[in-house]
Amino acid sequence: MREVVTVTPCEDGPLLLRGPFELLTQSGERIDAGRATVALCRCGLSSVKPYCDGSHKTAGFRATSEPEPPA
Amino acid sequence: MRLPPPRGPLTEALFDRLAGSPGADRLDAAVTTGGLDDDDVQLALFACYELHYQGFEGVDERWEWDPALLGLRAELERCFEWSLAAAVPRPGGLEPAGLRAALTALACPEEEPLLPLFLQREASLEHFREFVIHRSIYHLKEADPHTWAVPRLTGVPKAALVEIQSDEYGGGRPERMHSELFRATLRGLGLDDSYGAYLHRVPGVTLAISNVMSLFGLHRRWRGALLGHLAALEMTSSLPNRRYAAGLRRLGAGPRTVRFYDEHVQADAVHEQIAVNDLCGAFATAFPPYTGDIVYGAACALELERRWAEHVMGRWQRGAPSLRARPVPA
Ligand code: FES
Ligand SMILES: [Fe+2]
Repeated sequence: MREVVTVTPCEDGPLLLRGPFELLTQSGERIDAGRATVALCRCGLSSVKPYCDGSHKTAGFRATSEPEPPA
Repeated sequence: MRLPPPRGPLTEALFDRLAGSPGADRLDAAVTTGGLDDDDVQLALFACYELHYQGFEGVDERWEWDPALLGLRAELERCFEWSLAAAVPRPGGLEPAGLRAALTALACPEEEPLLPLFLQREASLEHFREFVIHRSIYHLKEADPHTWAVPRLTGVPKAALVEIQSDEYGGGRPERMHSELFRATLRGLGLDDSYGAYLHRVPGVTLAISNVMSLFGLHRRWRGALLGHLAALEMTSSLPNRRYAAGLRRLGAGPRTVRFYDEHVQADAVHEQIAVNDLCGAFATAFPPYTGDIVYGAACALELERRWAEHVMGRWQRGAPSLRARPVPA
């Protein structure tokens, strides 16, 4: 089985990244994730972007895990 | 670590016996009262549990499974479980579908707790040292109590727990182990980083925080509560840890000293998602009758933390130390 990268949108929270991913800056430099599974902020409020720092909770960020139906 | 000085009739009798060989007669000690903050009961229980972790210098390793000791431990646990039941309401009639909302309601109170804010904005270095000394009881064996659940799970929840724990243990890099990062914090604050160095300084209310994890961890019947306990820790970690880190920086601490807290901001934002969804959620779906236990375990974690923080803040507000006095050298 080929290992793939998976991205899981968490309900009211971040995107979880698993697998052999690499994080790169726009100029192509590697960002050291420091762990095998990372949470990327999707509420925009984290103080340690691109990672989630839990700020989505105090902000009351809402999002489903499933894709939103077209409006 | 060495056995600390006893704190009452229970620990006096127990430590006296632990100094000798196991076997022989019953360990008779009347465990009658003693709540969640009882120094004697909590230290006796802590010592019984510690035999399953790193043990004590000079204490025969066979004590771990000595029937007389286990008999005493069962008495202590009965008393502890009873006190917990009296302090923490048991959620009734919970369905797995309601688990996430129930955990979120518990872990995200309307009002932010005082202690992290105080540590961020006002605490002195001495306050911070006290805080870290309390925490050293758990952080130096961080993640260990929840690891007891691994062989008791299967499938998705098992993989989820291992995913969290492997990160706690540094993902194969000893210097990244959370307990190791914490040792750097202790050293950075000029404190002793050896395991159990401050056991004699922390009150019963601090020991209860560790004891509940061992209680849930060592009894398979409590596995639901153990998972809920872990979820509660992870769900209430990122934000306070950000405050602790800011507080330490305000006090002039360097990056190595602060790293434990910085690391937990990010790590626990990940762990929280895994714990709620893949660990507790999947376990509840597989074993619906355990849903209430999960929430109960989370509630126990939060209640003990609340009592501990109340003790610490209460003392500090009166200008008093929150630790036990150093024993007078004999
Ligand atoms: S998604 Fe968690 S801080 Fe933004
Ligand atoms: Fe940790």
